[in-house]
Amino acid sequence: MPRTTPAASDLPDVPVVELLVRLASGSLTAVELAEAHLERIAQLDDSLGAFLLVDRDGALRAAQDIDRRRRNGRPVGMLAGLPVALKDVVCTRGLPTTCASRMLERFVPPYDAYVVERLRAADAVVLGKVNMDEFAMGSSTENSAFRPTRNPWNREHSPGGSSGGSAAAVAARFAPLAIGSDTGGSIRQPAAFCGVVGLKPTYGRVSRYGLVAFASSLDQIGPLARDVKSTALLLESIAGHDPRDSTSLDADVPPYSRNCEEPVRGLRIGFARAHFGDGLDGDVESAVRRALDVYRSQGAQLVEIELPHAKYAVAAYYLIAPSEASSNLARFDGVHYGHRAERFENLVDMFAATRGEALGDEVKRRIMLGTYALSAGYYDAYYLKALKVRRLIRQDFDRALERVDAIASPVAPRPAFRLGELVNDPLAMYLEDLYTLSANLAGLPGISIPAGFSSAGLPIGLQLLAPPLEEERLLRVARMHERETDWHERRPEL
Amino acid sequence: MSAPLAREEVVRVARLARLKLSDAELERFAGQLGDVLGYVQILGEIDTTDVEPMAHAVERTNVFRSDAVQPSLGREQALANAPKSDGRCFLVPPILDAG
Repeated sequence: MPRTTPAASDLPDVPVVELLVRLASGSLTAVELAEAHLERIAQLDDSLGAFLLVDRDGALRAAQDIDRRRRNGRPVGMLAGLPVALKDVVCTRGLPTTCASRMLERFVPPYDAYVVERLRAADAVVLGKVNMDEFAMGSSTENSAFRPTRNPWNREHSPGGSSGGSAAAVAARFAPLAIGSDTGGSIRQPAAFCGVVGLKPTYGRVSRYGLVAFASSLDQIGPLARDVKSTALLLESIAGHDPRDSTSLDADVPPYSRNCEEPVRGLRIGFARAHFGDGLDGDVESAVRRALDVYRSQGAQLVEIELPHAKYAVAAYYLIAPSEASSNLARFDGVHYGHRAERFENLVDMFAATRGEALGDEVKRRIMLGTYALSAGYYDAYYLKALKVRRLIRQDFDRALERVDAIASPVAPRPAFRLGELVNDPLAMYLEDLYTLSANLAGLPGISIPAGFSSAGLPIGLQLLAPPLEEERLLRVARMHERETDWHERRPEL
Repeated sequence: MSAPLAREEVVRVARLARLKLSDAELERFAGQLGDVLGYVQILGEIDTTDVEPMAHAVERTNVFRSDAVQPSLGREQALANAPKSDGRCFLVPPILDAG
């Protein structure tokens, strides 16, 4: 627990709720808070590799402006003074946005992503850009073209991915809040591996304007933080309708951060036998069962549900996501932005040489897989078949969620694996995503919350899924677990 | 382990995808793509007769906006990240013979 009057260097440990109180009262300035985090990053991030870019000047400038306005009694935003780390897949005007790819190593966006506009309007202080798997393709952050990120709980292990930099930054107290993106589990799995909270909103809840596209029908931006309430606060500040994303939903944004404190009466939690099958690590299974007991002890009813198509999610996903990726990444051709090869024979050869030398293995593999699945003669058997199975997966959830308020499951089949353990076996890596992919295929909101530790001391997460646009319910259910446990208060020693 | 994808298939797909691959990459991808394509055959177990494909989680079509001029990126900004430009246009290698 934080001391009552921490020195500046202890500020990164103070919960967001308390930081907001201190900032509002004037006993803490945004500059002091930014400096405490920047100092911690400077001291410790060499050994983790969470940040790709630290914008010290920009952060301090924003913090000074917030402090000045507050001193003068002028209005400030709902996140005023809170530092935030951004996954390097969201465009930041004037700040390089690399997607952890050689292709975009020198790309400086001319505009801010919608979420960045919203964060700036809420007076969050952007500390910099954090590491990820190249173009968000991967589950370990080892596919970054620049460096892998290490897990703050054990540096030999992966922080998960693709938002590994975001999760590691929050766990390491480099930033109290972080933005990630989740196409198949890329917020929830790293949150679980690093012992923090991560939420993938309903598809369309948060605008994708300015998010570099991977698989457009699955991509969603979301928050990571150390506790449920600050996750809710960050979601509240970035959710909402944006006409520049035609898939953005025009639905009211509830005051998530206030309402999450209200327990759900008569709660019914669903669990599926399919989620407790072969290959599930014993420590993870125990943690999930213990979490179910926490709900039972609060009077919740546990209901067994059927998800008959759950076992097909990995196969459907790894046809649909690469198909969309192969189309989206066609834009990286060395013409409008990004890398261009120096040696080539003609225009088409310039495209191929540029892409061949500036894209990493996993990105090439997915482009190839998607191109194959969409090519003449294979489209029906692969892509179209996968889209039909996608509907069956969605129907499974629709039926199950008529009977329960939320579905609980593991986030990943085991705690964080070792760096290097899976990176040379793509199919084995894909199979690790089996619990998280379905929410993206179905468009449902999902959250990962801290639920324990393995015997080796690595964090374990619990996943909760709810019907579309029921983020508020998800956060309330998550908070019911958090209130009864203290997993989220543990911190890694760096 | 499934059978690797035939080398000529990998070459065909790389050409469609505009990816110049080394021999080592062609060989590696042949094996890895073969693994994944072998695995996804499990979808064949499911009867999907009369199931409509689901391309999107939010099934809406035709989101309209008024046909009004909006501010957009200026030329200088649009060209700022170009690998090659003359300040007016993006430059690419010639696509027609000079003669």
